[in-house]
Amino acid sequence: MSPPTLEVRNLRTHFFTRAGVVKAVDDVSFTVARGKVLGLVGESGSGKTVTGFSILGLVDAPGRIAGGRILFQGQDLVGLPDAAMRRLRGNRIAMIFQDPMMTLNPVLRIDTQMIETVQAHQKVSREEARQRARDALGQVGIPSPDERLRAYPHQFSGGMRQRVAIAIALLHKPDLIVADEPTTALDVTIQGQILAEAQKLCAQSGTALIWITHDLSVVAGLADDIAVMYAGKVVEQGPVEQVLDAPLHPYTLGLIGSVPSRNRRGEPLRQIPGMTPSMLNLPAGCAFRARCPRAEARCAEPPPMAEHAPGRLARCIHPHGEALAA
Amino acid sequence: MSDLMDPPRAAAQAAAPIIELRGLSKRFASRLDIAARLAKRLGARVREDAVHAVDGVDLSIRKGEVVGLVGESGCGKSTLGRMVAGILPPSEGTVLWRGQDLRGLSGAASREAKLRTQMIFQDPYASLNPRLKVQEIVGEAPLVHGLVTRAGVDSYVDDQLRRAGLDPTLKKRYPHQFSGGQRQRIGIARALAVQPDFLVCDEAVAALDVSIQAQILNLFMKLRMELDLTYLFISHDLGVVEHLSDRVVIMYLGRAVEEAPAEEVFRHPNHPYTRALLAEVPRIEARKRAFAGVKGEIPSPLAPPSGCHFHPRCPLAFDRCRAERPALREVAPGHRSACHLNEAT
Ligand SMILES: Nc1ncnc2c1ncn2[C@@H]1O[C@H](COP(=O)(O)OP(=O)(O)OP(=O)(O)O)[C@@H](O)[C@H]1O
Ligand SMILES: Nc1ncnc2c1ncn2[C@@H]1O[C@H](COP(=O)(O)OP(=O)(O)O)[C@@H](O)[C@H]1O
Ligand code: SF4
Ligand code: SF4
Ligand SMILES: [Mg+2]
Ligand SMILES: [Mg+2]
Repeated sequence: MSPPTLEVRNLRTHFFTRAGVVKAVDDVSFTVARGKVLGLVGESGSGKTVTGFSILGLVDAPGRIAGGRILFQGQDLVGLPDAAMRRLRGNRIAMIFQDPMMTLNPVLRIDTQMIETVQAHQKVSREEARQRARDALGQVGIPSPDERLRAYPHQFSGGMRQRVAIAIALLHKPDLIVADEPTTALDVTIQGQILAEAQKLCAQSGTALIWITHDLSVVAGLADDIAVMYAGKVVEQGPVEQVLDAPLHPYTLGLIGSVPSRNRRGEPLRQIPGMTPSMLNLPAGCAFRARCPRAEARCAEPPPMAEHAPGRLARCIHPHGEALAA
Repeated sequence: MSDLMDPPRAAAQAAAPIIELRGLSKRFASRLDIAARLAKRLGARVREDAVHAVDGVDLSIRKGEVVGLVGESGCGKSTLGRMVAGILPPSEGTVLWRGQDLRGLSGAASREAKLRTQMIFQDPYASLNPRLKVQEIVGEAPLVHGLVTRAGVDSYVDDQLRRAGLDPTLKKRYPHQFSGGQRQRIGIARALAVQPDFLVCDEAVAALDVSIQAQILNLFMKLRMELDLTYLFISHDLGVVEHLSDRVVIMYLGRAVEEAPAEEVFRHPNHPYTRALLAEVPRIEARKRAFAGVKGEIPSPLAPPSGCHFHPRCPLAFDRCRAERPALREVAPGHRSACHLNEAT
């Protein structure tokens, strides 16, 4: 059996700042198989982006991968020489950023950028590269791609820019895409178009997709599996229906409960008390302790990740297992 | 829909409008970008169009009501909200505050109208002066307007902070020392300190994490009950709007295209745009659904499509839609929609 597209094992990415060590990613493990979608969910600062950057080899000083393995099709990317990493990036592995201008160069025409990207990884003629670019734009639903190819990024709306960035990510039909909140700034009507493209890609090209978001509702309809992050750790993971319909971790339960549509109209929303702790001084033991309705003395020890069924994990000493009423 | 209304809602039904908008419009001179300016200098005929940010909106908001305002980015929600709050003058039309034209009000009455309507913004950080301590941010306006004496301002500020869910012992701190959710609470305390009865909330929870968003939404609902507040609640998040609004207005490119009681809009949307929008809202109940998206782009407000602005994206458009602007008409009691399909043929 061939290995899964991506297997992240006990990843630790830490930032060694003057104020102290920020354990932005601290013992994160998950697997994404070919053609599958993993929703990586968590609130701001929980370590989602740093996880994505770690996979792409984009973590810069003062940060570094302090431990763990990132197996891409069986090959460990941790410690891979820069040149080898660059060959993979943009070719077999691509990232879509929240801000499309992370991908796009504001002073170059769209066609120049796309043709360069094609030719960076493949020996094809300029005309062939242009044809590829045209196809990719058409694929993300940008009308009259010929004319659009000659435009500059600023001539596009936010939604179109994001679709161009996605088209660039798709150029080489990568085996793995890490999409970091790519639709958060977009209107739902445009978000729907982009989610549709993402679904098509996974189904048709077997691309494995990591969709990073703070919005459980987006991954509910998109992902096969969900991993919920809190303060640098995955606190719960499993198949989407199991995590959302029968959450085990009190934090997941709280997150789902605070979604307006899970509450009766006009009534107070169930809310998680307190705030996210500062990553610079996390409480000892379970980081959710101060906000958790089930916390007890034992929670001052770090709770281990417990496997409740194959692929169904929660990091809590007494997981709920309470099925949510629909 | 439940036929038993809770007292505040029943009262709202009967109450007179606190704010009424009549044919309200706002035009901005378009800002030409560098390319366009250059082209113009080289002699190209570049039209300096006006952006019709808000285009003839009629709306009345009764006392005690929560009206949700939704629509895509750039459709004019903030512009409308700022005109309602009296901080942006309309190009055409009138804003009636308790039946009086805002523009006709004398100095004192105009100041009162402005105080009684407060605005809460998406980015609490940008709207809080970073050099002032929280106690100054919250206490300044009530002092200036004589709502409190210098001797009483300290305990007054404490009350405001407590009501917004902040620990008064933190009042000597500066805005940057607070989290996003706490900063939003400071913004709320500041707005409530001048004793308004009407709040315009512009994407007030959009920048907050889900768990904090729920806390702030609960605070808004609690304050509504305690202080008998009226809200214009602007949000692109339909789930949030559905949860707390009594009535919802849907905007598209400067125009109100549908308006109805919240439950009615979500259960029986009439306008093709509303229907498309609702179909795309991600729902946490959904599993492995097929997404589609509303076809086409949000058109440029500089060159809005003729007739019904939605026609290039509307699956039901017909000839008349390209030529004629549909009027907002009643399709059921209290439910208005602007679509030619509603006219008997
Ligand atoms: N001061 C201004 N000068 C010129 N154009 C403006 C100005 N303010 C707003 N506009 C334009 O008016 C239109 C409506 O803007 P507005 O900010 O009201 O939209 P919105 O619905 O609040 O959008 P968003 O959801 O992105 O906040 C837009 O096309 C915008 O570019
Ligand atoms: N360059 C950096 N230096 C120091 N800390 C960082 C850096 N980048 C990220 N962090 C910290 O790592 C944590 C996780 O950040 P991030 O992955 O961006 O969160 P998310 O994407 O989930 O919002 C945060 O506490 C953040 O402040
Ligand atoms: S380990 Fe303890 S504090 Fe942490 S989530 Fe579980 S019960 Fe709550
Ligand atoms: S008026 Fe015409 S184009 Fe506009 S929404 Fe109705 S059917 Fe569609
Ligand atoms: Mg991030
Ligand atoms: Mg706005």
